[in-house]
Amino acid sequence: MASQNTAAVPTLPEERTAAQGAFGFTKPQFLTFLLLLAFLVGAPFAGLYPVFLMKLLCFGLFACAFNLLIGYVGLLSFGHAAYFGMGGYIAGHMAKVVGLSPELAILAGGAVAAGLGAVFGWIAIRRQGIYFAMITLALAQMVYFFCVQAPFTGGEDGIQAIPRGKLFGLIDLSPDLSMYWVVAAVFLIGFLLIHRIVHSPFGQVMKAIRENEPRATSLGYRTDDYKLVAFILSSALAGVAGATKSLVFGIATLTDVHWAMSGEVVLMTLVGGLGTVFGPVVGAAVIVTMQNYLAEMGAWVTVIQGGIFVACVLAFRRGILGEIAARLRVKL
Amino acid sequence: MTTTRRGLLATGAAAAMLPVPLSRARAQANTIRIGVMNDQSGPYRDIAGPNGVIMAQIAAQEFGNRGFTVEVIGADHQNRPDVGVNLARQWYDQGVDMILDVPTSSVGLAVNNVAREKNKAYINVGAATSDLTGPQCSPNTAHWVYDTYMLAKSTGGAMVRAGGDSWFFITADYAFGHALERDTGNFVRAAGGRVMGQVRYPFPATSDFSSFILQAQASRAKVIGLANAGADTINSIKQIAEFGLTRRGGVKIAALLMFIADVHGLGLETGQGLVMTESFYWDLNDRSRAFSRRVQPRLNNRHMPNMVTAGNYSATLHYLKAVADMGVPASKASGIEVLNRMKAMPIEDEAFGRGTLRQDGRVLIPSYLFEVKSPGESSGPWDYMKLLQTTPAEEAFRPLAEGNCPLVRS
Repeated sequence: MASQNTAAVPTLPEERTAAQGAFGFTKPQFLTFLLLLAFLVGAPFAGLYPVFLMKLLCFGLFACAFNLLIGYVGLLSFGHAAYFGMGGYIAGHMAKVVGLSPELAILAGGAVAAGLGAVFGWIAIRRQGIYFAMITLALAQMVYFFCVQAPFTGGEDGIQAIPRGKLFGLIDLSPDLSMYWVVAAVFLIGFLLIHRIVHSPFGQVMKAIRENEPRATSLGYRTDDYKLVAFILSSALAGVAGATKSLVFGIATLTDVHWAMSGEVVLMTLVGGLGTVFGPVVGAAVIVTMQNYLAEMGAWVTVIQGGIFVACVLAFRRGILGEIAARLRVKL
Repeated sequence: MTTTRRGLLATGAAAAMLPVPLSRARAQANTIRIGVMNDQSGPYRDIAGPNGVIMAQIAAQEFGNRGFTVEVIGADHQNRPDVGVNLARQWYDQGVDMILDVPTSSVGLAVNNVAREKNKAYINVGAATSDLTGPQCSPNTAHWVYDTYMLAKSTGGAMVRAGGDSWFFITADYAFGHALERDTGNFVRAAGGRVMGQVRYPFPATSDFSSFILQAQASRAKVIGLANAGADTINSIKQIAEFGLTRRGGVKIAALLMFIADVHGLGLETGQGLVMTESFYWDLNDRSRAFSRRVQPRLNNRHMPNMVTAGNYSATLHYLKAVADMGVPASKASGIEVLNRMKAMPIEDEAFGRGTLRQDGRVLIPSYLFEVKSPGESSGPWDYMKLLQTTPAEEAFRPLAEGNCPLVRS
């Protein structure tokens, strides 16, 4: 088995020490994680609007899932909205029509997204770079048109009035605060899972592929298998994020499968910091906050969003957290 | 000039210091807050958009202070149901008493669910879907100036009576297009006309309509019905004009979902001869002319009020009358009660004249079938329409019993 040969994987010196602190976090990462935890627990009591926080967490998880691919395997998937949106549709359908409880609906969304990711990944990983991106985009567009036409998605109207239901059949989730704790838990599980994947032997191989794929091949790794598994994991988590979002808002729509959503997640990851653990969360927070609090400024939202993107690309190419980490000479 | 990080940061910080006009004042006990949610950056900007907000403000000002103040705020839903739902929840949770306008059917229906959940008032003006007063009707919701049923009935039925008795449809291939085609086709047949055929084009992502137009031409139908919306409608009309069908062929184009603002954008040279249905036209009668001339100077780009922006005016006025009638605390407490009061009062304003609000939330007003004038017939900007047919208020909309609205007990 290839994965037993972890010692042979070329790793950077700093990454060897990374496996030390708690749960594989380095000290600065652990501090940041504590900050994140404190924010998660404290935010709803600090007067922040729970529905907004839930949206932020859903997109944060989505961006983290996307970052798993681009930041750690170096694969730019330009069709991640397909898994995000499909997860949402499946969860919505399961909760509304089939009547599953919310946790099962979310799992169903993640499972279907994983299946979709397995098929699409299997096709797409045969090519690299721009061709990979174009194939994922094309497949995602097929999903979009499927969603426009399929009867169960409701076409333009989407699946509306999705019930939040009762967690494990017991806890009523219709109050925003109860739902918030569920979303926070889903986010934390997903976030820690991604962190664990990245810092596992498997994650080391992923990073080796990102740095130099022919070399990883020459060391005896079947790189295609690794890429496919990473792709499936990423799409499954994106599906979970989409499923959670559709339960939060009670709606699953074409917006979430549209290619613009694929672009938005790229933007979030870039703004936050590619290949950093916390970057995508920060990026998602920035973009979602902008969309939310600037909505009253009308047409200016897109202009401001574009301006921020240009500023990031021009001056902060490592993203917000990437720049901070580089300045402090730590890994975040 | 080179771009430095420090410079960018400084500019960003300076920009953040600017006073941002975020009108998120806390809800005051004696203030009624109206949130106008519509498309301020996309394809429906000219139909609803900033002018829709201004019209609601004008209505609030003209209503005056009758023991309570009125605050009108606006926001862009970007035609995205998820943005709309989020905004609606936030507004209702933070003290907005009524949400107004909400064009784009998917967003309109989504906000409908939120209003019901929170028991607040919701008046939809801009969305087309007749489901709002049909299977998805809600005691918290009123639907103001038009819907797909009314458009199909007027454009389909009245058009046949005006001589256009053979039809061919160019249809956007998704649920909305199918529904529009089916409903209009039924009215054409009911009025004694014939449907010669239809062609469905992939939606979205079709911008070249030439092959569909050729099929329509080959059918020799007298009327080409455009069962689509927004940019698709504009594109197909422009291309039909390029083919010269309307000028040489004597074919009429019936746009099933179109607004005077679209005609303003197209120009009469391209738009002449188009047939469409609206429930408001500024030049309809003395009252609507006086009203429109009065508000026009205050609207962006000096637009004339259209069906949707005038609807925002009318809906705001009627809502405020009901609030004044039952008192601010009672109307803040229950959206259903406000809607019931609105249903009990006759609608009366300068823009639409008289109307009634039916049990299922449907506003009943007359609908008008218009033909777009040729450049020669028009005396200047906004003089665009000739009235062909009027459908009286009682007949314009879907009968109460046929809507499958759960609120209606047979």
